[in-house]
Amino acid sequence: MASLPVQALPASKRLDEPPPAHTRIGPVILSVANISLDFGGVRAISDVSFDVREHEVLAIIGPNGAGKSSMLNVINGVYHAQQGRIRFKDREFAAMQPHRAAAMGIARTFQNLALFKGMSVLDNIMTGRNMKMRTGILAQALRVGPAEREEMRHREVVEHIIDFLEIQAYRKTPVGRLAYGLQKRVDLGRALALEPEVLLLDEPMAGMNVEEKQDMCRFILDVNEQYGTTIVLIEHDMGVVMDISDRIVVLDYGRKIGDGTPGEVRGNRAVIDAYLGATH
Amino acid sequence: MFFRENGQFKSTYRADMQLLPIAQDRYFVLALVAFAFFAVPLLVSDYLYLSIINPFLILTLAAIGLNLLVGYCGQISIGHAAFMAWGAYAAYNLVQRVPMLNFLVVLVLAGLVAALVGMFFGIPSLRIKGLYLAVATLAAQFFTDWIFARVKWFTNYSSSGSVSTAPVQIFGWTIGTPRDKYLFVLGVVIVFTLVARNLVRGHLGRAWMATRDMDVAAEVIGIRPVYAKLTAFGVSSFYCGVAGALWGFFHLGSWEPLAFNLNLSFDLLFMIIIGGMGSILGSYLGAAFIVALPIALNQIPEKLGVPLSTAMASNVEFMIFGSLIVLFLVLEPHGLARLWAIGKEKLRLWPFPH
Ligand SMILES: Nc1ncnc2c1ncn2[C@@H]1O[C@H](COP(=O)(O)OP(=O)(O)OP(=O)(O)O)[C@@H](O)[C@H]1O
Ligand SMILES: [Mg+2]
Repeated sequence: MASLPVQALPASKRLDEPPPAHTRIGPVILSVANISLDFGGVRAISDVSFDVREHEVLAIIGPNGAGKSSMLNVINGVYHAQQGRIRFKDREFAAMQPHRAAAMGIARTFQNLALFKGMSVLDNIMTGRNMKMRTGILAQALRVGPAEREEMRHREVVEHIIDFLEIQAYRKTPVGRLAYGLQKRVDLGRALALEPEVLLLDEPMAGMNVEEKQDMCRFILDVNEQYGTTIVLIEHDMGVVMDISDRIVVLDYGRKIGDGTPGEVRGNRAVIDAYLGATH
Repeated sequence: MFFRENGQFKSTYRADMQLLPIAQDRYFVLALVAFAFFAVPLLVSDYLYLSIINPFLILTLAAIGLNLLVGYCGQISIGHAAFMAWGAYAAYNLVQRVPMLNFLVVLVLAGLVAALVGMFFGIPSLRIKGLYLAVATLAAQFFTDWIFARVKWFTNYSSSGSVSTAPVQIFGWTIGTPRDKYLFVLGVVIVFTLVARNLVRGHLGRAWMATRDMDVAAEVIGIRPVYAKLTAFGVSSFYCGVAGALWGFFHLGSWEPLAFNLNLSFDLLFMIIIGGMGSILGSYLGAAFIVALPIALNQIPEKLGVPLSTAMASNVEFMIFGSLIVLFLVLEPHGLARLWAIGKEKLRLWPFPH
């Protein structure tokens, strides 16, 4: 795997071999408690609680309209829940704000691509560094030393991400011209540029063929193992979910109906009826 | 330009991030600037300065300003001549009331006044978009028209309401002749073009474009919409403020309150639509087009021996503008600048298109 922008991480997180799950997974880093969300009378989420532990891969599954995307939107503050609390790194919020979530280390990708269409691949990913860039407007206007150096420092990190995602050939291509699968990679790259502690992925493999899915799985697992990034992922492909997640939360009609390891969820009666049963 | 960049490989990020990464582009732009400074003054008549070149340069500056807001940040404004007015009146009052100020300082302060007013009128953009924002910016236009017509202090209690300026002096240089005005304006416009290029290549420019392209995603990666939108309104109005001061002092000389009315705002919008949204080059092309078209319509039929009446010429002008704007909006929203880029791309590959 390519070298990575890991200066900020302690040496223990840079191991090439992933430690086994029971030592890899740490304490609870993020928890949502009793979240309820309405859209003018339509209840999207009712009273859902679950925990996310440091360094784990947690999958959220459930039929269409179960409230999965809404849950991610509540976690990073795009939606504000009417009830419930979000606890992240020992701070509690009734409502998160998107930029606060980003500043605290939560990044995400989108179910329906939300790339910056008018910008190149490079610029899209560079935008993920914006929050960390500090030079003022005057320094940028004149492009004096500090602005230039800052730009270069971040460009270097972004180039590592581009190498890692194997999209070097498209660096200067406007994202709109890329194939769908590659756009999904850019979306992931932009989120990685934040060097997040928690990465929320909304159906990162939707609409991909088997090979593209394998690549994407590899990227996700590599990020998880090498950076220790906690992953919360929504996915419909049960094979993928059972394969890569440490734990699974199952939603149905806005309620949580299952929560456990892949083995436990597979044997859960309610889940089989509501979800797996319906698709198999 | 029409060159091939074969063999120019970038081995450092610095080289890749230059203003113009392709060597021939750099030489071409340098040659153009040298031509503008040294050759144009030898070739051009006073009439050409006054009727075409000087207004073209000043309106280019205003168009760049509007383009930063509309083309780069995606926030509409149909009242941008108002910020030109604030710049012009701020400069007029500074020159009147604080005569010892250097005119360069006056220009910057005029820009800052316009920027403050622009940011104030940009506040609605935090809540509303599109048509509603357009209407809100119209308020800036009407408020500005009203205040400079009504509040006599701004016009130094001149009885007619119009104001007039004396030739500007900078470091002992009296900028009196059309050629002097041209050289000064050219310098200012070049500096501000470079600044605009730098801004849109930096993180501020990326914040603007991200907000334009997908505001929710921008917020989720930590770009505050308040920051992106208000800086865009501020910088954009700063540019228009400086352009307004230049327009007043170097083009109009003296002006009445309605010199910066809605028509001028619309002209600025037409410039960026025809020239190209989100393109600095497009701001130049659009301004050139809008300034040159009426004159071409006047002169070409005359040269051909079928002179158009003034009324006819202005009707034809409206028809051409109208159809061009519709055409560009429908077919090529990136305007002349995109046509230029496509032509360049084609020639780069010519004669082997694949
Ligand atoms: N912005 C919104 N306004 C109104 N209703 C919404 C909004 N977003 C989601 N909903 C509703 O909330 C419910 C849950 O939607 P959500 O997108 O969270 O489902 P999902 O589990 O992600 O489904 P899918 O698998 O199809 O992506 C649906 O009934 C949906 O119509
Ligand atoms: Mg969804």
